[in-house]
Amino acid sequence: MIETIAQYPILAALIALVGLGILFGALLGFAAEKFKVEGDPIVEQIDELLPQTQCGQCGFPGCRPYAESIAKGDAINKCPPGGQATINAIANLLDVPAPELDAEHGEEADVKTVAYIREDECIGCTKCIQACPVDAILGAAKLMHTVIADECTGCDLCVEPCPVDCIDMLPVEETIKEWHWPAPPTTADLIASDLRPQL
Amino acid sequence: MAFKQITSPHAHASQNTGKVMQLVLWATLPGLLALTYHFGWGSLINVVLATATAVATEALIVQMRGRSVSFYLRDYSAAVTAVLLGLSLPPLAPWWVVVVGTLSSIVVAKHLYGGLGYNPFNPAMVGYVVLLISFPIQMTSWVTPLALLPDGVSHPGLVESLSIVFAGYSPADGVTGPTPLDSFKYSDGLLVDQIYSQNPLFSQAGIAGVGWEWVNLGFLAGGLVLLGSRIFTWHGPVAMLAAIAIMSALFWDGGSSNSPGSPLMHLFSGASMMGAFFILTDPVSSAVSNRGRLVYGALIGVLVYIIRAWGNYPDAVAFAVLLANFAAPFIDNYTLPRTYGHIDRRRATEKEEDQQEEEKSK
Amino acid sequence: MKTWVTPGGVHPPENKHQSLTLPIGSLPLPEKLLITLSQHIGTPAKPCVELGSSVLKGQKIAEAAGPVSVPMHAPTSGTISAIEHRPIAHSSGMLAPCIEITSDGRDQWQAHQGIEDYKNASASTLLQAIAEAGIAGMGGAGFPSAVKLNPGSERPIHTLIVNATECEPYITADDSAIRERAAEIIEGIGILSQILGHPDNILIGIEDNKPEAIAALEPHTQDSGVSVVSFPTKYPSGGEKQLIYILTGQEIPSGGLPADIGMVCVNIGTTYAIKRAIVEGEPLISRVTTMTGEACGINRNYETLIGTMVSHMLEHSQFNQDRCSRLVMGGPMMGFSLTSAEVPIVKTTNCILAPSYDEIPDDEPAQPCIRCGLCAEACPVSLLPQQLFWYSQAEDHERLEAHNLFDCIECGACSYVCPSNIPLVQYYRHSKGEIQKARVEKVKSDHARQRFEFHQQRMEQAERDKEAKRAARREAAEKAKTAKSGSEDKSGAGSAADIIAAAQARAAARKVSPEQQQAKFERSIAGAEMRLQMAEEKLAEADDSQTDEQKNILVAAAEAARQKLEQARGRLAEHLKERNGEQVD
Repeated sequence: MIETIAQYPILAALIALVGLGILFGALLGFAAEKFKVEGDPIVEQIDELLPQTQCGQCGFPGCRPYAESIAKGDAINKCPPGGQATINAIANLLDVPAPELDAEHGEEADVKTVAYIREDECIGCTKCIQACPVDAILGAAKLMHTVIADECTGCDLCVEPCPVDCIDMLPVEETIKEWHWPAPPTTADLIASDLRPQL
Repeated sequence: MAFKQITSPHAHASQNTGKVMQLVLWATLPGLLALTYHFGWGSLINVVLATATAVATEALIVQMRGRSVSFYLRDYSAAVTAVLLGLSLPPLAPWWVVVVGTLSSIVVAKHLYGGLGYNPFNPAMVGYVVLLISFPIQMTSWVTPLALLPDGVSHPGLVESLSIVFAGYSPADGVTGPTPLDSFKYSDGLLVDQIYSQNPLFSQAGIAGVGWEWVNLGFLAGGLVLLGSRIFTWHGPVAMLAAIAIMSALFWDGGSSNSPGSPLMHLFSGASMMGAFFILTDPVSSAVSNRGRLVYGALIGVLVYIIRAWGNYPDAVAFAVLLANFAAPFIDNYTLPRTYGHIDRRRATEKEEDQQEEEKSK
Repeated sequence: MKTWVTPGGVHPPENKHQSLTLPIGSLPLPEKLLITLSQHIGTPAKPCVELGSSVLKGQKIAEAAGPVSVPMHAPTSGTISAIEHRPIAHSSGMLAPCIEITSDGRDQWQAHQGIEDYKNASASTLLQAIAEAGIAGMGGAGFPSAVKLNPGSERPIHTLIVNATECEPYITADDSAIRERAAEIIEGIGILSQILGHPDNILIGIEDNKPEAIAALEPHTQDSGVSVVSFPTKYPSGGEKQLIYILTGQEIPSGGLPADIGMVCVNIGTTYAIKRAIVEGEPLISRVTTMTGEACGINRNYETLIGTMVSHMLEHSQFNQDRCSRLVMGGPMMGFSLTSAEVPIVKTTNCILAPSYDEIPDDEPAQPCIRCGLCAEACPVSLLPQQLFWYSQAEDHERLEAHNLFDCIECGACSYVCPSNIPLVQYYRHSKGEIQKARVEKVKSDHARQRFEFHQQRMEQAERDKEAKRAARREAAEKAKTAKSGSEDKSGAGSAADIIAAAQARAAARKVSPEQQQAKFERSIAGAEMRLQMAEEKLAEADDSQTDEQKNILVAAAEAARQKLEQARGRLAEHLKERNGEQVD
């Protein structure tokens, strides 16, 4: 056999490579069938990381549609309520680089806000109740409406439909229980003789 | 009354990075003295030239990055890198070899990655490898040790050495010569005993190569001082030296013509001791936990022996260290220490819940 | 007795002798005392006095709120002068609810007495007395003692450990308390043992740098079953986890409590307070606090009333503000710095440290981490602080948890040894806070997702109901038509569909006059015209700030309105044609 290979080197190489290709192709095909995962679990995993405010700032009618779009390859930096932390988490999950939040879709808020209805002005039209994606507004037609602050995600969807504009987004106060140490300043911030301040 | 808001702890031990680096510099002195005594002024010139280049380069780069030069130079890390590189280069190497090497170390291997603490590879070794591959001839012509100089020839004096280094004068005949590892590697066909008796580099030596054994002993002394001052832990150096000794003992076939050399020779030739105590212990690029350092040191030792015995190069510390730097994060992943209150150690990327699930599924 | 050695640890200079030259003293009665309502782990206490009322020393001024809470008592007699938010000793600098008492100078106790026959009292009686006395852990954590001493029947306790370690430099509060009150402390330990059902081992853990305290304890422990175990001094041996390991060689499982392995660890100061509460009936209103540091002329321990302002203590200790580099509540390793001295002492304050610049100079700026590993060698919990620091900077929460960030006891040994002066502990505290915040947000977002899914289901259900109703109505209309064109007889009372069909049949049968029909059509045209006008107005208003998509929606809406108008006009035209046609016919 060695003599044959020596005599017809090109043929031998061809057979060897094609044979190996067939072998590995078969292995891969078998593995693809045997270890196949049903469904698309990535959408669930992405949805777990999104903040579930269902606000629509990303351009999609809710967090799940956006998760499905990301699974199809959409940009991951469209969610302002999630902020940079969510972008980083999704980037980690999908093993892609983590861009900065796309300012077109909104800014990351420094402080969380919840909706507050000024009850004196409320006319009981139920438009905000229909708009709230998590049913956080209590009320009925011609009866007083009020926001259940614990359930409100701060998505802002109730502010527009209100015909008398009586809904405010108020910041949530940080209590001493939730306070934690800020990150220490980096060395670059501490050195006074920096020539270029942004470094 | 208003007071400053400062985070705890408020007390502080007196150790600081600058002092640590300075101690390392002092510890290289015995080795440097041995080099100067046995091989002339070349090494000292290398060290001084490399240090000057390194400090100037670092100052320039720190300035370009918009940071405070005095703050960043205060930690002496550039000086340490330069000194280690200078000590590994052949004495009487041309000045541009030293400069190119130092520039690659400081600029490419250190600052392009983010500066001190951010480099994944040992900067001095990166510089050395760049030089070795780019300028093989200059990097492999060493100087004959003092004891073996032919009659009438002496090591060039200071001024002559400076002119050799800077002005390109050639040294007198007989001044340059191979290193012990070099000549051992290229003595094919001779039994080890024969090499030892015939080759003057070995016949006039105590344990391994003339002059070189003193250099290695010098670095060993410096290393022990650092070990005693608890600058680093014993795990890395001991693992490397043990690995070299064990590998060379394993493959010692009684001194045949194919033998790669005795444990004693390997431990005291070339850059073994310097590598064990000064190169491998560079904390930035080595493994993080003590167990990890054992593995890291052993890996370096094994690689050094393999390359020396069956590879193309006579000495291999630089390559071995760089290869181990590649492996360091992987080693870290598997050698986390067991934390108080946990039953078992785990890998650096898995959380406890995942580990418990794994345990259950087993 | 055998002791084990914890890994890591550091040996900072002790500096304890300065405050041990004098016995425990007392400060002059302060004018105002400020009692914070949250000096312990758990729910803050709720005030039970009113503004302006007078209280006696030891009277309860705030009730425990919930199962993990302790009440507060007046440290001296006087009037309640304020119940409001005030600055407290907390790193955040935030305000917290407090009760201020203006003392009347008489320092008059309310009538109180201990439990007469406490040696035969039941554990629950004793526990209730401890809870009523407002005792929380005085070693630094402030966990309500009555809860800690009641681990439940599923966790029998076989070892009681009394913590007299006091490993931090400068602090000598426990040391001087033991020297002067050893007998009472042993009595307190007896009470603890009684509550816990007489555990097999009772150990007092103490470092070997306190020979006088050990000597003071020995005579009282001869036959009491209590062993005094001294071990080599190292910081941090006084942490609960470390002390249990040193004395017994066992480790508390991560995230668990000592009770999980059958042990309870109580601070020696708390033990004394428990004895006073049970035997003398005194609630916890004072504690031994060390006043030390070179910026103070007098360094000694004081029996301080809870609620004493730090400024009051400094005033009476010859404090020199210019010399003082920072003001620390607690020790130099774990204490937190105070920005103002107008904050009160709480039940867990064991030391006020006012060092000079020689003792504790200003911090140097942090240099880059060189991964030297000195921190990993110093860590008593065998963590890798350099890796935690790296991942904390990167905000990589997963890796932080994989490296056991939450096992860090924040002792400060790593920052102590760091040659680059990196404030490591602050990084860990920050990251722990961020991870906790992220966990809370995850819970909220999961909850929001559930509500959203339910909301969607509700909407879909409503849609389905509407569809069903529409379908039913259509069916009924069909039936009505066939009923109308078919037989006249009414199919008797039957299903709702029949009734609907009958009603629709009646409505259809009711003849509408042509004029009424025309008017109806004209009304619908008018309505369509108005809707078209509105749609066109909206489209005209749309400016460039709207996206193309939104503009298209408006254009489509205008189109639809136009079409509807066309249809309405068409219907009217048809109707008129019909009428004219009919008339012609």
